[in-house]
Amino acid sequence: MKFLRDQIDKIKPTFSEGGKLSFLHSTFDAFETFLFVPNHTTQNGAHIRDGIDLKRTMFTVIVAMLPALLFGLWNVGHQQSLALTGTDGALWDNFFVGLIQTLPIIIVSYGVGLGIEMGFAQFRGHPVNEGFLVTGMLIPLCMPPDVPLWMVGLATAFSVVIGKEVFGGTGMNLLNPALTARMFLYIGYPSSMSGDSVWTFLPEGSETVDGYSGATNLGELASATAEGKPWSDDLLSASIMDSFWGNIQGSIGETSVVACLIGAAILIASGIGSWKIMLSTVLGGLFMGWVFNISGADGAYMDMPAYYHLIIGGFMFGAIFMTTDPVSAAQTERGKWIYGFLIGVLTVLIRVFNPGYPEGIMMAILLMNVFAPLIDYYVVQSNIKTRLNRVKV
Amino acid sequence: MGKNVKIKRGMDIPLEGKPSTHIHAISTSTTFALKPTDFKGLVPKLRIKQGEEVSVGDCLFTDKKNDKICFTSPVSGEIAEIVRGDRRAITAVKILADSSDYKYKEFDTKGYSSKSADDIKSILLESGLWPFITQRPYGVIADTDVSPKSIHVSGFDSSPLAADLGVSLRGQEASIEVGFEILNKLCEGGVHLNLHAKKDNTIYQNIKGVKVSYFEGPHPSGLVGVQINNIDPINKGDIVWTIKPQHVAFIGKLFSTGKLDLEQNIVIAGSEVNEPAYYTTRIGASVDSLMKDNYKSDNVRVISGNVLTGKKIEKDGYLGFFDNQITVIPEGDHYEMLGWLFPSYARPTLSSTLPLSKFLKKSFSVNTNPHGEPRAYVVTGQYEKVLPMDIMPQQLIKAVMAKDLELMENLGIYEVIEEDVALCEFVCTSKINVQQVLSEGLELMAEES
Repeated sequence: MKFLRDQIDKIKPTFSEGGKLSFLHSTFDAFETFLFVPNHTTQNGAHIRDGIDLKRTMFTVIVAMLPALLFGLWNVGHQQSLALTGTDGALWDNFFVGLIQTLPIIIVSYGVGLGIEMGFAQFRGHPVNEGFLVTGMLIPLCMPPDVPLWMVGLATAFSVVIGKEVFGGTGMNLLNPALTARMFLYIGYPSSMSGDSVWTFLPEGSETVDGYSGATNLGELASATAEGKPWSDDLLSASIMDSFWGNIQGSIGETSVVACLIGAAILIASGIGSWKIMLSTVLGGLFMGWVFNISGADGAYMDMPAYYHLIIGGFMFGAIFMTTDPVSAAQTERGKWIYGFLIGVLTVLIRVFNPGYPEGIMMAILLMNVFAPLIDYYVVQSNIKTRLNRVKV
Repeated sequence: MGKNVKIKRGMDIPLEGKPSTHIHAISTSTTFALKPTDFKGLVPKLRIKQGEEVSVGDCLFTDKKNDKICFTSPVSGEIAEIVRGDRRAITAVKILADSSDYKYKEFDTKGYSSKSADDIKSILLESGLWPFITQRPYGVIADTDVSPKSIHVSGFDSSPLAADLGVSLRGQEASIEVGFEILNKLCEGGVHLNLHAKKDNTIYQNIKGVKVSYFEGPHPSGLVGVQINNIDPINKGDIVWTIKPQHVAFIGKLFSTGKLDLEQNIVIAGSEVNEPAYYTTRIGASVDSLMKDNYKSDNVRVISGNVLTGKKIEKDGYLGFFDNQITVIPEGDHYEMLGWLFPSYARPTLSSTLPLSKFLKKSFSVNTNPHGEPRAYVVTGQYEKVLPMDIMPQQLIKAVMAKDLELMENLGIYEVIEEDVALCEFVCTSKINVQQVLSEGLELMAEES
C-alpha cells in the first residue's frame, strides 16, 4: 500500500496543473481517488461525515446488477445452444459463449462512456463523476445479445453527450442515460432492436433447429392481439415460470425476474434504491392489468392475468434498475409514489394498445422522466401552500 | 397547554469519549478572549485600548450597526492583545486575567421584579448578556427594537457528546428560575420551555409562567429550531427568540446579584481526551488552560462546540461565546486505500451499505476525513430522514444554490438556521457543505429584507 501510494505521489505532479500531462488531470484524479480515499479533512460545517460516498453508492448498484449480469451471461449461451442444437449445453459452455459475446459489449460501453465523461470532466475542470459506472453496466444489460458493437458505442456516446452532458453532467440529466441509449438504437436501428431475430445470439451462417422461433412473449402477445386471438396460456411459447426464472430469449440482463428481485433486495436492504418507486411501479402495472381484466373487453392482453405483466418482458428489470435512478426519477418522497405508479400504468397501456412498441416500460420510464420535475413541482407547491395557509389561520 | 412531540426522523451519532458526570474544578485560565467572529455578520467597534484595565462586565466592543449591544469582559484584568485578521478585521480581544479576586462592575438590578421591560432590556444590553439571545429568522443577535412572537428555550441538548444540562446546571436552579422570570418580562407572546420527556428535569421544576412542551426521539430533537417547527412554527414576518438554559442562568445570576458571572460547567469530550468530563470555567477561557495534558494524541481537531456545528479552534485557541463544550477528535488527513469499498475502520453512518458500522458498532472514534469527495446531487430522500421539520431540505438547499429568493422564502428558509441542517450535511452522499450553503442563503435573505 505504501509503495503504491509513493508511486502515485511520484507521478502526481505530472498530472497536476503545470505538469506535462495536466490535460489528463481529471482522469488521473478519478483513478487516484478510486485507489485511495483522499487525505482531505473537513474544513467548514460538520467536522465529521458519513461513511457513504458516491463511489460506494454506485458500486452498490453494480453489485445489485451482478445477479442479472451473471444470469444473462449464462442465458445468452443457453439460448444459443437451444436454437442451434435443441438441447441445453453444459453450464460452463453456456457461460463461456455468453461471456465471449457480452464482454465486448460491456467493454465498449464502459470504454466509450468513461472516455467521453473524462473528456468532459477535464474540459469543465470537474472531477469525473461516478454515475457512469452504473450506466455503463445498464446499457449492455438492456441490449439484445446480437447487437453490433458499433451500435453500442454509438448509442453510449449519444446517451452520454446528448442525454447527460448537455444538461450539465451527472446529477443534471433529465432522462435515464441507459434508456436514452436503448431508445436511440430503438428508433434509429429498429431492425436490430426489435422483432424475432435479435434476442438470441447466433453465429453468422449457423442453422437453427426445426421449430426454433426467435419470438418473445411480448412479440407473441402483440401479434395475437393484432390477429384478434383470445387469451390463453398457449399463446406464450415460453411458460410463465420460464419467464419468471429467466431462461427465455430477450435482452442480455433483463430476462430473469428472480435475478432482478435479488438485485431489488440488495438495493432496498442497502437503502440505495427507492422501495417506494419499485413498489409503486409494480402496483401501477398490476392496477392497469386488473383494470383491463375487469373491463370486459376481449383480446389476448385484456384477459391475461394482471400479474403476468410483471413477469413477461423487461418490466421487473425496468422497475428495479431503471426507474430508481435518483436523478431522473421524482425527487420528492410523495412524488416517488406518483412517478412509479404512473410508470406501471403506462407500461401496461403501451403494451396493450401499441403493438408497434411491444415493450412498454422503456417508453413509460422515459416519458415519466420528462414528467418527474412536474410531479415534484406540485409536491413542492403543496408544501409551500401549507406554509402559506399557516399564516392565514 | 404544552404539547408532547415524538421526533421520529433523525439520528444519534454515538461517539467515543463520553463525559463522566464528574465536575472538575480547574485552575483558572490566565488569558481569556472574546471573539467577534463568534457572531454572524458582526462588525465590532472597539471600546477599549490595549493595556487598559477592565472589570468583569466592562464593555470591550459594541455592534457597529447597533451600539447599544455591548460585548463585555468575562474577567477582570488587562487587555493583552487585539488580534486582527484579514483586512484588519478584529478577530479576538484577549484579556490577561487578574490572578486573584476579580473586580466586578455593578449593575443596578435591585427590585428587578418591578422593573419595566425596557429597563430590563437595557441592563441585558449593558451587561453583555443580550447577545446570548438569538433571533430567527437568520440566527443573528436579537433585534433590540422588536418584541418577539415568542421565546423558545430547549431544555436539553441532543447533539453528539453534548452536556447533560441536568449535570452541568445542577445547583443553579434559583438562577434559572430568575432568568425565566426576566425572559417572561421581555416577551408578551410567552416563553416556551421544551423539555425531554424521559430525562431528569429537576433543574427546571420551579419555573413558572412558561409553556412546557415535551419532546423525545433522536437528535435533532433537542435543537430549538426543530422544536419550534413542531409546536409553534415561524411564519413570514414572525420574529422568534431563542436562548439556551445555561445562558438563562447567566441572566438569572446577573439579576439576583447585580454582578455578571459567566462561570459555567462545560463538557470536554471526544475520543482524543484522556479524561472526558465536566469542567468549571468561564466564557472565553483558553483551550490551553482547559486541556493541559488531557490530549491522548497529537494530530487532533479541537472543536469549540460539538462535532456537527462547532468551530475548529487551535490548541492555543479559546472557547467560543455560545459554547459549553469542547470536542477533541483525531484529524483524518491520511489516505485510505480503497476506503470507499473496504472501510478500514468503523465510521458512523446512516447508510445500510455499511452494515457493520451501522448495526454492530456501539460507539465510534470518528475523524475529520469526509470519506469521499464533493459531487453533484445524485441521491435523494436522504436529508428528509434526519430533518424532522415540515421543510423540504434538498429543495431548499437547491433554491439557495440557485439564489432564488422567492423560492427560499416559500420553502421556509425563515424557519431554519445552520445547526438545523447539520445532520443533513453529515449524511450527504455528495459531501455538500449544506450548512455553508444555507448560511449564504440566510445572508442573502437578510440583505434583501
